[in-house]
Amino acid sequence: MSERRPVLAVIGAGPAGLAAALAAAARGVRVVLTDSAAEAGGQFYRQPARGLGARRPRALHHQWRTWERLRAGLDTHLGAGRATHLSDRHVWCVERQSGSFLVHTLLGPRQTDSVAVRADAVLLATGGYEKVLPFPGWTLPGVVTAGGAQALLKGGLSLPGRTAVVAGTGPLLLPVATGLAAAGAHVVALVESAGPRGLAHSARAWAAAPAKLAEGAALAARLALHRVPVMARHVVLEAHGVDRVESVTVAALNADGRPAPGGERRLSCDTLAVGHGLLPHTDLADGLGCRLDGPGVWVDAEQRTDVPGVWAAGETTGIGGAALSLAEGHIAGRSAAARLTGRVPDPAGWAPAARTRDRLRAFFSALDDAYAAQPVRWTEQVTDETVVCRCEEVPAGAVREAVGALGAGDLRTVKLLTRAGMGWCQGRMCEPGVAGVAGCAPTPARRLLARPVPLGVLAAPAEPQAEP
Amino acid sequence: MNPLRLVRARPGAPFTVTFDDRALEALPGQTLAAALWSSGVTAWRTTRGAGRARGVFCGIGVCFDCLVTVDGLPNQRACLVPATPGAVVRSQAGSGHDE
Ligand SMILES: Cc1cc2nc3c(=O)[nH]c(=O)nc-3n(C[C@H](O)[C@H](O)[C@H](O)COP(=O)(O)OP(=O)(O)OC[C@H]3O[C@@H](n4cnc5c(N)ncnc54)[C@H](O)[C@@H]3O)c2cc1C
Ligand code: FES
Repeated sequence: MSERRPVLAVIGAGPAGLAAALAAAARGVRVVLTDSAAEAGGQFYRQPARGLGARRPRALHHQWRTWERLRAGLDTHLGAGRATHLSDRHVWCVERQSGSFLVHTLLGPRQTDSVAVRADAVLLATGGYEKVLPFPGWTLPGVVTAGGAQALLKGGLSLPGRTAVVAGTGPLLLPVATGLAAAGAHVVALVESAGPRGLAHSARAWAAAPAKLAEGAALAARLALHRVPVMARHVVLEAHGVDRVESVTVAALNADGRPAPGGERRLSCDTLAVGHGLLPHTDLADGLGCRLDGPGVWVDAEQRTDVPGVWAAGETTGIGGAALSLAEGHIAGRSAAARLTGRVPDPAGWAPAARTRDRLRAFFSALDDAYAAQPVRWTEQVTDETVVCRCEEVPAGAVREAVGALGAGDLRTVKLLTRAGMGWCQGRMCEPGVAGVAGCAPTPARRLLARPVPLGVLAAPAEPQAEP
Repeated sequence: MNPLRLVRARPGAPFTVTFDDRALEALPGQTLAAALWSSGVTAWRTTRGAGRARGVFCGIGVCFDCLVTVDGLPNQRACLVPATPGAVVRSQAGSGHDE
């Protein structure tokens, strides 16, 4: 019998996981690619569900050629038995055992049964999710995250509403606004809290990433084509409505980040797509004990975490878009394959990807600085009645009382006193908002389970299924 | 323009799900959230504390705002669960176990 190929579990089938799976499978490793979605692609390459019979899915995407290459590469490796794709599998925990890993997954959309897969090494490519800072009215139905609106559109061909305002900050707002408009929604405005001035300051960074500049220019042209007005240095102060959003109040910001007096306007809409950037998914890394670096997983030049046998790539290590995720995934896959097959990794082999990675990381860090240089004093707009923790319905006033009258000095104490962050989502949605209102540093919460797990599953010892 | 036309979709035969005793049309492959949104339904849950209306928020399984009862099973995330022919969907009050 031929020698057993070492098994690499790649968790997440977005750009990072796909690039990693392809690189590793081509270099002597057996890849088990696991994702909670029914189809590969992650957030960026999210496809309309098969039953919808889209004959031109590319109309909702850019960089479709890259996707076709990834898809074809995956199919080749699947066909040759070098890779397995476990779709509809939510990984809730990765367990380290002596010399190997047990990847525990919940089956299907209802996530009731658990199955474990054994692997020699693990590559985390779990991406990120959207950050939304609270404001009065943000819990009204019809208020969705910008990425969520994109997911409903790309995956379900469903338009959230007919008349939309897209608001918040960050590069994701552009594709969301153009996507909604192209699909037939009336996009009343794109409301971006950053202004052109700060972006001009980062011209040097833009110049270092010409592809990004072209992408930005193309999106800006499409905004103009669909006649979407851009309100730079504006914010949504409040969403109004009873059972769903009916309108929003937007305001221009002063240089000091406060609404300019008299600069308020009311816009009618049935949908508000809102986002303030993305946050890395780090639960599985937390469970494994990987060190974090800021909000993301810390990695070395080979994309290794500080836990032996665990690699990480893409937005789980820090937010920076699909191209950066592809480069990181490629490097991680090659490094893992080399080490698992007993070779010394040769960074010269992935030098082009490393250059792309370094350039894009520098670009996004400069972009972050440019945005940060333009203050937005959003916490002052959060009234005491505004719900900050959506799950437990904790109002901002309770958080302020915990910090003021009760003397809480950190997020953990605020949580114990108010229940903010104790609900279903385990603080994933509310943490930045609660931290801001409390004036505490956002401490990455340690979440030991990545998904809620039925008690029966926790009680039953997991037996790994036969190697897939 | 609409999304289906934009991607030149030829969906499989539409089917019916019931939502609070109303018949709604869904397309194969759509999640319950997408099917509800397509029918103009944006709220299908009321919160435990203040009884406020909620629907989809994050759209990708993170926030748990879209909880709904499907075929008698409460606390299903509508943004993850695919619509299936004849599914009986009920809006959910509180923790879903109150009735
Ligand atoms: C909702 C949303 C929509 C976005 N839309 C766009 C867009 O339209 N255009 C754009 O330029 N950028 C978009 N982005 C940004 C996007 O995240 C990145 O550009 C890119 O997709 C990152 O690639 P990635 O491989 O790191 O992660 P992702 O593409 O996010 O892939 C991560 C994958 O891991 C899976 N996963 C995560 N945790 C688990 C688990 N525990 N078990 C099993 N599977 C798991 C997820 O299902 C997902 O498929 C979006 C981001 C979000 C959050
Ligand atoms: S909308 Fe957030 S979990 Fe479904």
